[in-house]
Amino acid sequence: MIQVRLNGKDREIESDLTVMDLLESLELNPHMVVVELNREILSRDVIGDVRVEEGDQLEVVHFVGGG
Amino acid sequence: MEREATIETRGNESGSVAADPLRIGDREFKSRLIVGTGKYSDNAVMMDAIRASGAEMVTVAVRRVDLDRTKEEGILHHLDPDEFFLLPNTAGCYTAEDAIRYARLGRAAGFSDWLKLEVIGDEVTLLPDTQGTIEAALVLVEEGFKVMAYTSGDVVTALRLEDAGCVAVMPLASPIGSGLGLVNPYFVREIKRRCEVPIIVDAGVGTASDACITMEQGVDGVLMNTALAAADDPVSMAHAMRLAVRAGRLAYLAGRMPAREIAIPSSPTRGMLD
Repeated sequence: MIQVRLNGKDREIESDLTVMDLLESLELNPHMVVVELNREILSRDVIGDVRVEEGDQLEVVHFVGGG
Repeated sequence: MEREATIETRGNESGSVAADPLRIGDREFKSRLIVGTGKYSDNAVMMDAIRASGAEMVTVAVRRVDLDRTKEEGILHHLDPDEFFLLPNTAGCYTAEDAIRYARLGRAAGFSDWLKLEVIGDEVTLLPDTQGTIEAALVLVEEGFKVMAYTSGDVVTALRLEDAGCVAVMPLASPIGSGLGLVNPYFVREIKRRCEVPIIVDAGVGTASDACITMEQGVDGVLMNTALAAADDPVSMAHAMRLAVRAGRLAYLAGRMPAREIAIPSSPTRGMLD
C-alpha cells in the first residue's frame, strides 16, 4: 500500500496502480473527470500509463452546476 | 447598421431568432440568453428550465469529485454536450493563479477552449478583482482560450479586457445572485459604446423586466443563473426570460421614441367639435 493525497484527503491505496486503475477502483468514468497529478493536468491519453506513487497529490475534478 | 435586422424579423410573430444571431469569436448562437446550471434543487427541473430558456450556451463549474458519495453527481449526467455549448467558469477563484488553474482543468474536460473567466475580489459583494481578471485574461488568451470575462461596470477595465484579447466582456447588472436588476444602465451603455467585442451582461438580473431593460441598452446578450434557479417555478421563469431577452432586443433594434417629460396628444388636435 502507498499513501497519497487525493482530493484533499490522505488515502492509502494499493501500490503499482495506474491513474486509470485508480479511477476504476473509485468507480469513476475517465471521460467524465479530469485528473491533476502534482499540479499537472494529465491528458486522458496518458492516464493508463502514468503510475501513482507514494506521496502523490491527486485532484479528480468534474463539471458541476454553476453560473 | 444593426437595425437592419428588424426588417428581416418582420412578418414573423415570434421574432425570427435566426435572423439576429449572437456572434462571439468565431461562433454563432441562436439565443442571446446564456444560462447557468447552479443552485437548482432538482436536475429534471433544471433541464426543463434550460430548454424553456432557449439558451444554447450553458455555464458549468469545475469542482472536486466527492469521493465519499457512491454515485457520481457530475452535471454531464444530465447535460448533453451535444445539445448545449458548455462554458466552464472559474467561479469561486480569488486570484488570477487559481482562475488559470481552473480554466485549464475546464479545458482538459475536452469540449472547447471557451471559458467564462471570473476572479472575485470581495467575499461580501462578490465583485470582481478587475486587476486579477486582466492578469488572468492575458495568460489565458496567450494559451489559446476564448475568454469571456466577467467584470464590473467600469469602462476602463472593459477596454483593457478587450485589449487583452477577450472574445466578450461581461459587465454585471448588479452583484451575483442579488436579483437587483440593472443598477447602472449608463455604465453598461458606455461599455457597449466603447468596446468592439460583444457585451454580455452577467449577473444580477432578477426577473423578466430586468432582462428586457438590460437588452434595451443595446448589449449583445444576458447571462443569468439564480433568476431561474431561485424562482418558484424555474421553467416558467425561463420561458419569461426567453421572451424578455427577445423583446428587449427587438425594442432596441426598433429604436425607441425619445422620452420627454411633457405630454403630446396621440389624437389630432384639429377637427374637434365646437
